[in-house]
Parts: sequence; structure tokens; C-alpha cells
Amino acid sequence: MKLSLHGRVGAVALVGALALSLAACGSDDPLDTAASGAPGAGETTSGETSTLSGELDGAGASSQEKAMDAWRAGFQTSNPDVTVNYDPVGSSGGRQQFIDGGVDWAGSDSALKPEEIEAAAARCEAIDIPVYISPIAITFNLEGVTELKLAPATVAKIFRGDITSWDDAAIKADNPDVELPALTITPVHRADGSGTTKNFTDYLNKAAGDVWTDEGADDWPIQGGESGTGTSGLVQAVQAAQGTIGYADESAVPAELGKVSVKVGDAFVAPSAESAAAALAASPRDEERGEHDIAVKVDRTTTAAGAYPVILVSYAVACLTYDDQETADLVKGLLGYVVSEEGQAAAQTAAGSAPLPAELAADAKAAVDAISVG
Amino acid sequence: MTATTSPAPPGTEPGGLPDAERRTPRRRPRAQRVVERGASRVFRWTATGAGALILIVLAAVAVFLVLKAMPAMTASSDELVDGVSFMRGSSSLLDYVGPLVFGTVLAALLALLLAVPVSIAIALFISHYAPRRLAAGLGYVVDLLAAVPSVVFGLWGAIVLAPAVQPLWAWLGENLGWVPLFGGTVSPTGRVIATVAVVLAVMILPIITAVSREVFLQTPRLHEEAALALGATRWEMIRMTVLPFGRSGVVSAAMLGLGRALGETMAVLMIISQGFLYSFLLLAAGQQQTIAANIAAQFPEASDLGMSVLIATGLALFVITLVVNMSARAIVARRKDFSGAN
Repeated sequence: MKLSLHGRVGAVALVGALALSLAACGSDDPLDTAASGAPGAGETTSGETSTLSGELDGAGASSQEKAMDAWRAGFQTSNPDVTVNYDPVGSSGGRQQFIDGGVDWAGSDSALKPEEIEAAAARCEAIDIPVYISPIAITFNLEGVTELKLAPATVAKIFRGDITSWDDAAIKADNPDVELPALTITPVHRADGSGTTKNFTDYLNKAAGDVWTDEGADDWPIQGGESGTGTSGLVQAVQAAQGTIGYADESAVPAELGKVSVKVGDAFVAPSAESAAAALAASPRDEERGEHDIAVKVDRTTTAAGAYPVILVSYAVACLTYDDQETADLVKGLLGYVVSEEGQAAAQTAAGSAPLPAELAADAKAAVDAISVG
Repeated sequence: MTATTSPAPPGTEPGGLPDAERRTPRRRPRAQRVVERGASRVFRWTATGAGALILIVLAAVAVFLVLKAMPAMTASSDELVDGVSFMRGSSSLLDYVGPLVFGTVLAALLALLLAVPVSIAIALFISHYAPRRLAAGLGYVVDLLAAVPSVVFGLWGAIVLAPAVQPLWAWLGENLGWVPLFGGTVSPTGRVIATVAVVLAVMILPIITAVSREVFLQTPRLHEEAALALGATRWEMIRMTVLPFGRSGVVSAAMLGLGRALGETMAVLMIISQGFLYSFLLLAAGQQQTIAANIAAQFPEASDLGMSVLIATGLALFVITLVVNMSARAIVARRKDFSGAN
């Protein structure tokens, strides 16, 4: 059954390829084109047709890995002849490989920097498409306490080591109903370079600039202190002792650890997919970039109701134009699925990410649709 | 075996003889080249090739490290500090590598300090105290310990050992805090170099034990019996014959263990709260880090120059390991007459 279906698809592909190679000036290897499937595949991104075939290679942010597994599964189910590979080497590694032409697309926790776009120009016009939005939870280990309300300045002072005890007046003031022990606070940070650290420190810097003077960076700026490698290493370190506090992808925080609700405007907002989406909706796009290069400047100091500004926005980095039809169709198909409602829902289920807000999703879809062969 | 006096049977290839004797048979086949043909010749070249291969691989690794570390070694300090995000407070490459070398050596030496006495005791028990059947079983178990992957040791160290041993560290800090090693704020999570040292000690225990056991077993029977005949107790016999005979073997065993401890990655990575200080505080968090673990931690997000910096630290580790191994060789060679290991 399956074999005969493959045979039919193959026949269609062959006819299409013949038509293509006759019509086009044929600078490409015709065999390559034959594998790309019937013409017109690029128009349908819904994933209903299974005319796509081939292999697609990506690399980059490990934060997207869980979501990428879901996307890959979803995309390959509707396109059984497609193989999608994603190597979670890290954001900067992924961007570098993309610029060097080693992968078809990259995942990255930050949009390409202007100099990287310039470097990538030798290959193609690179664009950023937001695909994965995740709230970063500030998590702590205090027996019997599941939620704490903290102002940004208090959080910054805790991680700076200026506030050293859980029964400090600044913490008590915002949490009158919580019984806080006279326990030493042990802040835990990421030992390795990470987009989570970058977004968290960027939040501290923007929202509590007079306490947290270091700009957002992949690496923790302070010497010493407890640390863990990777999200799981950090969570494990937080779990290891009472009185610890750390930061991690919201979906990675186990139920027995508490989460901080941060002060936004006059209210306190807990991390969740909805509050993350609200914060993103309140954030402007970087207008200096090209039409389809979508980079979001997350507004860490937003006062929008229900917005949780400690979020990580992760991007897919792709070419606006690809050299060959096959790759263009595949990238278009995959990213089209990723930014679709269906794809975002799959990521939410698998990785606890927040779905793209409607406006941004429309922009992202327009950017994906603009990908073409050049 | 004390091979100096035992003459090799005529016609056979004498192996493991002191240099003077080893040189003569090497000349002999050259004179009889006509005889060597067929399988014998193939085998000779295969063996020579294998011997050369190890040198080539070693040289290739060294060349790779030096080449890849070049950009970091030639870059100016400003370039490094601006271009490599994880170089935090360091002002130059040396400034970055120094504390890492310190941390690596400290962790490995601590592990050695813990492992060697235990290993010698286990080896002696197996070779001289345990009933034969138990000795065989125990030796097997110790060897089995060597087969446990280091990731598993890392997981065990981070999830089980660190919280379990933390109260002991806390007690040490409270009662012996005046000892510089135990000063500072004792980490509440137990993710400190002292815990790392314990795990590393467990990891290097099998190799040290196995080699020591073999050496102790080779103590000349006559020596032992002579000691016993003179009225020595078993402990005195061991002290007078087994330990002096096995000393250089134990040293080389310890060096083998040290080599493994120096290069251990996953276990350290998973347990330690890293820091980049020249610090002897064993129980405080965020003080030290080892080279191998640091490479593993920073590699995924490293830029080109960052990669080069990491490889430069790898080069430092390569040199340290080389020095350790060479000094082990030197020690063993100096006491060759008594060496059971070689």
C-alpha cells in the first residue's frame, strides 16, 4: 500500500521535474530537481499534501530542541518523504553554521546581529522569524512556599547578593501573607553560556538598571556562587538544597519548586504561556530591519496588564532566497508549519512554550511565504 | 620479576629486558634478514606500523591543539576580552587558563590523596589477606567498577552523593573552619570541589587497585618467606618485603589514576558549581573549575575565538598530562630493579 503510494508520488514528481527542467534554463542538476517534487509545492504550506521530499538540515539553539522534536514529528507525519535534522549545538554555533552555508536554517535565541547579516550576505539575504516564545521562571526552593511576589529590584538584589536572607524586609513587604524563614538565600546561575541567562540578565538590566548594571549577556557576569550546567543542571542544583533560587525555562521547572511572580506596573504576574504572549504583544518590532526580517525588541519594562516580561524569544534564521527549488520548498514547508497555529500548539504541548500572538504570527507567515528560489 | 639475571632461552625473542640486552637481538634479525619472510615479515611490519601509529596520533593531536589554539595565543588581550563572552573578569589568556589549571590539578591531587591509601589497602587485602576465592571475586568487582561510565558517576555524584555528603561538609566547616581548606561559606548544595574529589577518587580507585594488586602479587616468594621465618608478623612481612618491592609500581599506578582524574569531564561538570579563582576553599561554592569540564560547559555556545581559547586550555591539559606521565615513567625507571609493573 505504502509502496504503491510512493510509486505514484515518484511518478508525479518525475513528470513535474521533466516539465520543470524543460521550462527552466536548467542550471541545476536535473536529478536534484527531480527530488524536489512537483512544482507548486511551495504554494501549499498547510502540510496537507505530501508532495515534498528530501532532507533538511538545521542546527542551533538547544532551547528549541523539545519544540523542534514536536515540529519534526508533525511535519514529517504530513510529509512522510521528508527528513528533518536538527542539531542542538547552541545558538551561536547554529548561526555560524548557517552563515557558513553548512545548514539550511538555524535556530537562535537571539536575532542575527547586523554584522552577522552582513557576513551571511555572501550566501543569501538572511531573515529572522520568531518561532518559539518561552517564559523564563524565577524558581526557588522553600519548603511550603509555592509563590512569591517580587519586584525587579528585589530579584536583582537577590542575585547580586545584596539581599542574603529570605526574611529580608524587601521580600516581606511584598509578601505579607507568606511565612518566610530566616534562611540564607543561595542564588544559582547557569555555568554555561545560554540564551536563558542572556534574557534573564537583560530583564534585570532593563527593569532594575540601578541595581543590575551589567548588560544582558550569555554568560553570568558575577564571579563565584552556585551554578549548574544546562537547564537540567540548574534545576537540579536548585532542588539540591533549601533556600536556593535560580532561573529556568518555565516548562523545565518541576512542580515542587516555587515560582516568582514579578512586579509589572502595580500588579504581580506569574509566568505562563498566556502572560508571555501578552508581553510579546506589548513589544515592538525592530523597525530598522527589512520587511521580512522580524526581530522583536522585548519590552522588559512593560506595564501592560497580565504581561510577563521575563521571556525568551527564539528565532528561525533562514534565507529569503535559496539556490534550489528543493531546499526552498522544504524550508518553506517546515517553517510554514512551525509558525502555523497547529505548529505552535504542538510546541505548547511538547515544550510549554507560548503561542505566537496573532499579529506576530501573521507577520511570520508573510515572511515564510516570501521565501523563494533565487 | 627480577629479569636481570634470568637468561632468555636460546632462539626465542627475549622481551622486557634491560636496554643493554634488548639492543643485541635487534641487531641480530638485520643480519639474518634472509630468513624473515612471509607471515613473519608481515607481522613484523604490522607491529612496527602499530607502534608508529601511536606516535603519529599523538603528534597529530599535539599539532591540532597548537594550530587551533594559535588564534587565541596570538590575539591581543583586548580582542580576547571583547570577543570571548565567557572570559569574564580575565584580562588575558594566561589569566584565564591559570585558575583552570589550578582547579584541575587541585581536584586531581585531592582525589589521589583519597584514593591511594584505600587502593593500597584493597590491593593488600586481595593479595595477602583474603581467602583465595574471595580475593578473585573482589578483584573482579573492583575491575567492574572501572567499567562504570563516568556520566553515571557524575549523575550519582550530583544527585545522591552531593546532598548526602553536605552535612559532613557543614560539620567540617563549623568545627574545623579555622583550617584554611574548610573556611568560607559552606555550600548548602554540596556542589563543591570536595564532593568532586570524592567522586574522582571512586573513579580512579579501580585502576590504582588493579595495578597495585598485580605488583604486590609479584613480590618474590623467598623474600616473604624469609621475613616470616625471621619471626615477622604478617603486617611486618608486608612492611618489610611487599611494600618496598611494590613502591614504584604503586607510584606508577597512582600516576595512571592521576592522569584519569586530570582529564575527567562529565563527573566534574555535573557536580561542581564553577568558579575561576586560585582558591583552596574546598567546601565553598563557585571557587574552582577544571579544564575538561570547562571545555564541555562552554563549547556549545563558543564563538570562533572562544573555541580557540578553549582549545588553548586543552593544550595546557595535554601538557600537564604529558608531564605527569613522563614523571611517572621517570620514577619507575629510576627504581627499575624493584619494579614489578614493568
